[in-house]
Amino acid sequence: MRLELEKRSEHSALMTILSPVLALVLTLIAGGILFAAMGYNPGEALYAFFLEPLTNQWSIEELLVKAGPLILIAVGLSVCFLSNNWNIGAEGQFTIGALTGSIIPILFHEYTGPMAMPLMVLMGALGGMAWASVPAFLKTRFGTNEILTSLMLVYIAQYLLDYLVRGPWRDPDGFNFPESRLFDDAHTLMTLGDGRLHLGIVFALVAVLAVWFMLSQTLKGFEIKVMGETPRAGRFAGFSHRGIVWFGFLISGACAGIAGMAEVSGSIGQLTPVISPGYGFTAIIVAFLGRLNPIGIVFAGLLLALSYIGGESAQVSIGLTDKITRVFQGMLLFFVLGCDTLILYRIRLIKTARKAGGAHGRA
Amino acid sequence: MSNQGVPSSEPAEKPVLVKAVSISKRFGEVLANDSVDLTIREGEIHALLGENGAGKSTLVKILYGALEQTAGDIVWRGQSVKIPNPAAARSLGVGMVFQHFSLFEALTVADNIALALPKDTDLSNLPERIVAVSQKYGLPLDPFSTVADLPVGVRQRIEIVRCLLQEPSLLIMDEPTSVLTPQEADELFKTLERLAAEGCAILYISHRLEEVKRICQRATIMRHGKVVNECDPRLETPATLARMMVGADVHAIKSNSEITTGNPLITLRNLCLPAENAFAVELKNIDLEVFAGEVVGIAGIAANGQSELFDAISGERRIEDVHAVNLLGVPVGKKKINHRRKLGAAFVPEERLGHGAVPGFRLSDNVMLTRFSTEPSLLLRGILKRGNAAEMEQRIKVNYDVRMTHDNPEARSLSGGNLQKFVVGRELDRKPRVMVINQPTWGVDAGAAALIRQALIDLARTGAAVLVISQDLDEIYEVSDRIAVISRGQLSAPEPAETMTRERIGMLMAGMGEKHDNNTDKGQKHAAGA
Repeated sequence: MRLELEKRSEHSALMTILSPVLALVLTLIAGGILFAAMGYNPGEALYAFFLEPLTNQWSIEELLVKAGPLILIAVGLSVCFLSNNWNIGAEGQFTIGALTGSIIPILFHEYTGPMAMPLMVLMGALGGMAWASVPAFLKTRFGTNEILTSLMLVYIAQYLLDYLVRGPWRDPDGFNFPESRLFDDAHTLMTLGDGRLHLGIVFALVAVLAVWFMLSQTLKGFEIKVMGETPRAGRFAGFSHRGIVWFGFLISGACAGIAGMAEVSGSIGQLTPVISPGYGFTAIIVAFLGRLNPIGIVFAGLLLALSYIGGESAQVSIGLTDKITRVFQGMLLFFVLGCDTLILYRIRLIKTARKAGGAHGRA
Repeated sequence: MSNQGVPSSEPAEKPVLVKAVSISKRFGEVLANDSVDLTIREGEIHALLGENGAGKSTLVKILYGALEQTAGDIVWRGQSVKIPNPAAARSLGVGMVFQHFSLFEALTVADNIALALPKDTDLSNLPERIVAVSQKYGLPLDPFSTVADLPVGVRQRIEIVRCLLQEPSLLIMDEPTSVLTPQEADELFKTLERLAAEGCAILYISHRLEEVKRICQRATIMRHGKVVNECDPRLETPATLARMMVGADVHAIKSNSEITTGNPLITLRNLCLPAENAFAVELKNIDLEVFAGEVVGIAGIAANGQSELFDAISGERRIEDVHAVNLLGVPVGKKKINHRRKLGAAFVPEERLGHGAVPGFRLSDNVMLTRFSTEPSLLLRGILKRGNAAEMEQRIKVNYDVRMTHDNPEARSLSGGNLQKFVVGRELDRKPRVMVINQPTWGVDAGAAALIRQALIDLARTGAAVLVISQDLDEIYEVSDRIAVISRGQLSAPEPAETMTRERIGMLMAGMGEKHDNNTDKGQKHAAGA
């Protein structure tokens, strides 16, 4: 007996929806086995990880606070990924967006006019775009692999942040702690609800709607998908390869930059050496789990935000290490990419029987 | 079904080598082979004929062990056998030369052959054996040359020699002449006849009825998964063979001899284009005029600059010299493809899936692909009007007989012939004034091919200039008013189809029409050896 992958004649609509669900179930099963191997009761541990955080108001607000940057970055990445450009450096664009978005609150903190906040958003976006334009330029000019260049720029961005908060941008009244000055109220994003939740989630939802409209209704969205799936056909349709590389990187850089600026201005209130628990990397998982579809990304963003909060919650209630969050995120990406095979292939069990014709389909 | 070629007319019946007895193969709902019987005798060249989708490939794959039959038996020299995989087929004595070669370009001929031999083969004297076999059967081959440097005809020889080294009793050849010049094909026929004389049976799959008639003693004709006829092709005409294949009279292409040509609508002036990479062809000083109302055919062997020429005319690659390409009186050398489309030009590339159409897109979105720039109804300030594209898709489907299992499917799910009808129909539906088409009926069944060719001629007769690039000489003769030949990036001057003989085309294909005598010695040798 052997398993064979048989190509389907068209994409399976059912599997497109079912694949992430299947991946989630497999992640839970594998997670349960992992907990059992570590000596925890799997049921209890999974409850602490995935359900307990949903039982109180505070956690739900916290969930949205964390989902905001994930969704915003992932929506940008979905455009880039659909066009077959692999921007792995959203974490770096996020960091640079946070830096450029902090120029007004740190260097020009006296300026508190009504335009301060819109300017901060704009500068965050420009910072992210500038950082994303480096791999775009290298790819279009020299054919460099953008996966490597965008990833390496993440570390440069992080060291730049580290240098600035320990050096020139350190708060003069901050007792030598490696932190910038606290942002003025005029430089802090408007809050919603009980106080933690800020406008960042609104930015994310606006981006979701805008990108959804672009991808489904406009020629630009059509171009992105054609170039991503079949560049040769794209050239035949008159689309430009270079143009689409730049477009994908700039959109995703702008989204990540705004997310970085919003995180600093809305959640942290100052620059610190570490401003992200890996949002830029986790957003890659969000983008794929959400089928590179803006609406799907909203749900995937909420789920991955839950994995952050679940990690913290399981640490408190049953003493699990919070590294388990990363393990869960990794397993989820692994399973979702594996299950995606089923969209274009079906699994068949081939019996090598004496008598011919023993093939039974099994999904 | 009449049995026209009577077996008893053969002087002596040779012993039966292999017999397929009511072979059936089911893929899901589809019965690709329905109780197929096939008898091949030792030393006979047996043709397997049928339209695309008739079930030829399925049957051959079962014989070669690449597929397992759902029902039925294979009897080899009187004994029932199972052929679970290609290795089993090879040890039984079945060899196969595929239409698309599986060779590693960076390796030598000997390395490529060694890779395909059974694990326990002694490789020490392989080069000598290759030379011995290639000389015996008239297939000159240097075991130490690198595959990347070899022309297609020679690559095919590697595949054949690879099979012959295992001394097969049955050699299956899938469309072997599709990549050869007429002269190369003649050489191949001699080899096949020599093999047959030694007792090796050959199962010969081809669309080219002329050559089947010329070299095959038996023919089995399949249609819709069943064997519909058996005959002696030597006693038939191409027309009767074609009728058996498609089950009805093939619509004869009508080319109105009274052509009224007008202004030149496609003009190429000293068109030069450097090679894009090591495997591409450089276009050298190409001159051509195609007038309104005529069809010009460009013949040539694969990879002699056809796709480069197509890209230069369509604008997928742009030329520094704006006057090198002139469409409908406008110099467009540097203009993009959509600019050229707006002038009234339409293009159909060779590769339908992945160039002419996006495989994973629905047909309506594939209508959008080439027509958003010319149809105001498809695009309103950057917003796509998908409803209108779906209407066009319906219209193309009806007018060009595109068959599909459900409405508006993904392009990849259509069969080759149907997708080609769609891709051609999509452009004809625009009523273009210039049409450039590369390989209009490559791998397309006879019915669809006739429909497409007739549509191209009809388009020209309404006053359009049509340029057909094709490797199929029958097709070139069927549609063209004038014929030119492309060889290593150079184009011969077009000549009227009535005075252009096949022999002359063959000579031009081998490089005799090249204007500049700057060929390397190696190139000359290749041309001479072909």
